[in-house]
Amino acid sequence: MTAEFAGTTGTNAFTGTNAFLGTNAFAEHGTFAEYVTGEPVVDAKAPKGPVNERWDTRRFEAKLVNPANRRKHTVIVVGTGLAGGAAGATLAEQGYHVVQFCYQDSPRRAHSIAAQGGINAAKNYRNDGDSVHRLFYDTVKGGDFRARESNVHRLAQISVEIIDQCVAQGVPFAREYGGLLDTRSFGGVQVSRTFYARGQTGQQLLLGAYQALSRQIAAGTVEMHPRTEMLDLIVVDGRARGIVARDLITGKIDTYFADAVVLASGGYGNVFYLSTNAMNSNATAIWRAHRRGAYFANPCFTQIHPTCIPRTGEHQSKLTLMSESLRNDGRIWVPKAKGDDRPADRIPEDERDYYLERIYPAFGNLVPRDIASRAAKNVCDEGRGVGPGGQGVYLDFADAIARMGREAVEAKYGNLFDMYARITAEDPYSVPMRIYPAVHYTMGGLWVDYDLQTTVPGLFAIGEANFSDHGANRLGASALMQGLADGYFVLPSTINDYLARNPHYETVDDEHPVVQEVLADTEDRLRLLLAVDGDRTPDSFHRELGELMWEFCGMARTESGLRKALERIPQIREEFWRRIKVPGTGEEFNQSLEKANRIVDYLELAELMCLDALHREESCGGHFREESQTPDGEAARRDEEFSYAAAWEFTDTGDAPVLHKEELVFEYVHPTQRSYA
Amino acid sequence: MKLTLRVWRQQNADADGAMSTYEVDGISADMSFLEMLDTLNEELILAGDDPVAFDHDCREGICGACSLVINGGAHGPERTTTCQLHMRSFHDGDTIDIEPWRASAFPVVKDLVVDRSAFDRIIQAGGYVSVPTGAAPEAHATPVPKADADFAFEHAECIGCGACVAACPNGAAMLFTSAKVNHLNVLPQGAPERETRVLDMVAQMDEEGFGGCTLVGECATACPKGIPLFSITGMNKEWLRAGRKAAKR
Amino acid sequence: MTRTMWDSPLGKKTVMAVSGLIMLGYLAVHMLGNLKIFFGEGEFDHYAHWLRTLGEPFLHYEWALWIVRVVLVVAVVAHAVSAYQLSRRDIRARPTKYVHKKPRASYATRTMRWGGIILGLFIVWHILDLTTGTVHANGFQHGHPYQNVIDTFSTWYGNVIYIVAMLALGLHVQHGFWSAAQTLGVGSRTRDRAFKTVANVLAVVLTAGFVAVPVGVMTGVVS
Repeated sequence: MTAEFAGTTGTNAFTGTNAFLGTNAFAEHGTFAEYVTGEPVVDAKAPKGPVNERWDTRRFEAKLVNPANRRKHTVIVVGTGLAGGAAGATLAEQGYHVVQFCYQDSPRRAHSIAAQGGINAAKNYRNDGDSVHRLFYDTVKGGDFRARESNVHRLAQISVEIIDQCVAQGVPFAREYGGLLDTRSFGGVQVSRTFYARGQTGQQLLLGAYQALSRQIAAGTVEMHPRTEMLDLIVVDGRARGIVARDLITGKIDTYFADAVVLASGGYGNVFYLSTNAMNSNATAIWRAHRRGAYFANPCFTQIHPTCIPRTGEHQSKLTLMSESLRNDGRIWVPKAKGDDRPADRIPEDERDYYLERIYPAFGNLVPRDIASRAAKNVCDEGRGVGPGGQGVYLDFADAIARMGREAVEAKYGNLFDMYARITAEDPYSVPMRIYPAVHYTMGGLWVDYDLQTTVPGLFAIGEANFSDHGANRLGASALMQGLADGYFVLPSTINDYLARNPHYETVDDEHPVVQEVLADTEDRLRLLLAVDGDRTPDSFHRELGELMWEFCGMARTESGLRKALERIPQIREEFWRRIKVPGTGEEFNQSLEKANRIVDYLELAELMCLDALHREESCGGHFREESQTPDGEAARRDEEFSYAAAWEFTDTGDAPVLHKEELVFEYVHPTQRSYA
Repeated sequence: MKLTLRVWRQQNADADGAMSTYEVDGISADMSFLEMLDTLNEELILAGDDPVAFDHDCREGICGACSLVINGGAHGPERTTTCQLHMRSFHDGDTIDIEPWRASAFPVVKDLVVDRSAFDRIIQAGGYVSVPTGAAPEAHATPVPKADADFAFEHAECIGCGACVAACPNGAAMLFTSAKVNHLNVLPQGAPERETRVLDMVAQMDEEGFGGCTLVGECATACPKGIPLFSITGMNKEWLRAGRKAAKR
Repeated sequence: MTRTMWDSPLGKKTVMAVSGLIMLGYLAVHMLGNLKIFFGEGEFDHYAHWLRTLGEPFLHYEWALWIVRVVLVVAVVAHAVSAYQLSRRDIRARPTKYVHKKPRASYATRTMRWGGIILGLFIVWHILDLTTGTVHANGFQHGHPYQNVIDTFSTWYGNVIYIVAMLALGLHVQHGFWSAAQTLGVGSRTRDRAFKTVANVLAVVLTAGFVAVPVGVMTGVVS
């Protein structure tokens, strides 16, 4: 894989055109879209047999590493969120030597911390008919039949162990007066299986993982590198053997070597500039891995969360999510008439359109995220949106307050109401909240097999960084479940097999020609970013790309729009390398340089997202192609042609990638058109 | 609105720093404080100057990265994180002083960015329950009284931002440390390590060079998550109890 | 255990709390004894004499008093040394001040250190004035405390020093008592109002009780 990349290094960077634009930079536009279809990709690791026995079978068949030999193995883990933190701690507990990285100043700040709602688990504590099989079924169905059954079933099985583990760590889940764990029902399911810690479940779970990781750091089994960002992957003889990373304080670029590399670097929602992701969440680790040979699967599957606080103006730097648990009691509406700009309390009941309750009487305000988001977009596109710019809908608690009393509403949602009031300066107890959808989660990611190994041997991807479990749409409270399942239980089992089968490596060090080449490539890229000295800031490019993506690759996508975006992205990229201005040097703490370097990767990934969206001529889950809808405007899946995961192979910047299809087989949950009406 | 900003600029940990004055115009009341700084930085970059370095990430008040002393107050005039502070708390024509967290245990990295790794080391000293993955009993095996679970949660809310240290005239980390001690020590899961946890974490806190508590209460006032001052009382109690137990052994 | 207590800042805080409470208990008794001055010379001097014979015949003459004095000296020294060492540490932990100053905390809280120094100096003067008589104004007479007190409060500086010190004492006790409760881990949200009330009452009663004596002398009630 690395051979293909050799052409992009070198120092012709200062001659006007440069290697980072790819060989195709000034070719005819549209070439990128002319992808070729290669060999199908198959998941060779998932055992056959009944779905509920596959995980046991795999664990039994996997080779083990002798405990005494484990400390001789070094594993790199990039990221310290739920997946990375859990994996680092668990691998170290097993005896491996873990070298871990995060760009934040502390592993405790990974963006998993911002997850609000909860974590699903098939405990059936409520005796309400839940089971592993039902969670499996709901997740496959919720993912609109674009996820792998084996993986999803394993996820449902492991979910129960996660709760046990977290409770034992001291995670303060909400409890009932009897001292037992409380649960609630969450977006799109009819059982109460979501465990939560007020509106801060992600924070509490992450702190649990962080504390477990801290214990290992203190024990010396995890070597932690905070404020250190992975900039490239080192692949030697076809195996992932290390990473190149930059110390964000000193600017020093270093190499780190290992027997296996685990990417737990999260999703790529920040391609859209405005999203609910943290400001510094980025795609560099997975994109660089993709460039080094890891296939990227389903990049167009992005989740738009329906209940975010609308943007207020050009200055907006990020969007804030309001937990979708609000939809349990709040009612969503817009005025029936276009351009009705009366204040909410002046609009009489019969002039309001509670559109979710009207269109989906069975689920009402609790329809899955993609449906709720698209419905909001539709009413706003009709000119019935509320608030500045008409980009918002009401989420009204007046009925809930009348029914439950203000105190009960306060007890349930007080912290969310406070957060809303702080951001908007409006009191949601007296004025309905305004919400609008925002990019929240990316279901796509690096393609992995059942062992969570990418197409580069020795390179694993876990959590949001991989594509495996959520198909085309993720259910609420399932991201935390997947991150922790991958980190605590799946990867620590499956990585043994890889390490046991490949026990002897030649030593790799900085002198190795491949390492030299990767280092030079990274250094050149940063040097060029600093050398352009143009007249536009990194943010201005990021914002421009984000607006383009939101318009053409957002909630609703069309062929013409996507083609327009595919035409525009190479132009932005070209302009970027001509006009970017990054102050300072590379040998210091330089946040502009960090940002610009991430945008380099967004500018390539965005193109792949658009291509994936263009090629998938169906609507499914978070991917809605206007050309493919039912007569009443619902997403229409086309299983005959598109029941596969699209795994893309990188060729060169701006060059058409190669599509490898992984056929999806549904033996247990038979595809039906989702209906929430 | 138009504002005058006086910002602490310091090239790196070893350099001397000073306050520099900047003017920003066209600031909207709906902007967050950090978006106001973004605006300043965009102008600085285009003018060929070094933008102001500051820590920030989630911008929704939970990651604990943001850390500015604004007009002498940690996280500014409202009881929230800097990222959730909005410009409507200020007026046209205001002069705003922006400084980094100050404490010897939090050395300045650059401008407004400080090194808070001392907090990580306090957690590493004992802020965990030793339960390797897979070793957990069934979650309902040990019920936890709701009051204890709520108490634990209230303390577990700490985001590790360091405002308590920044606000404390003694640069003490008592509120941070006590929040974790109280969170874990009240739970049955944390009981086996109850004594070693508090003794080791307090020892590490002292080792890091944080000051002591004189119960001024600034920490609890500045805490964006409302960790109560009695958290410190609770830790003192745990520490004395652990000392007595250790003496008996 | 003792060693770790003294090595740890939290231990030193505990030492301060315990020694502070010992001194507080002494002050309460001392203040009540002082008030006997309003019952005339005979009763006051008799009370002073009784203090020396306390515990007889089990204890020898003045032994009880010396035991109290030793305990007090240990408490004062422990309190002061802890305070000094802790303050040094606190100042080292926050060497850089903020450019933008903001009023912080209550007056009582902010004046703990200076108040402590004032009280320390006062104790020295107070002993030299009314125990040893070294710096006494008008010919110190052993065994005649009533007259000695009147002498002291017949000078303007005697009144000023004493009253200023007693005001400092009130502030010190107000924050110190409540702080001690937190340091010893007995404070809590539910008990806080009670502790704050007791601290305020102690501060007011002690200050008023002590200041009553110079006021009494100045106004001629005691002469």
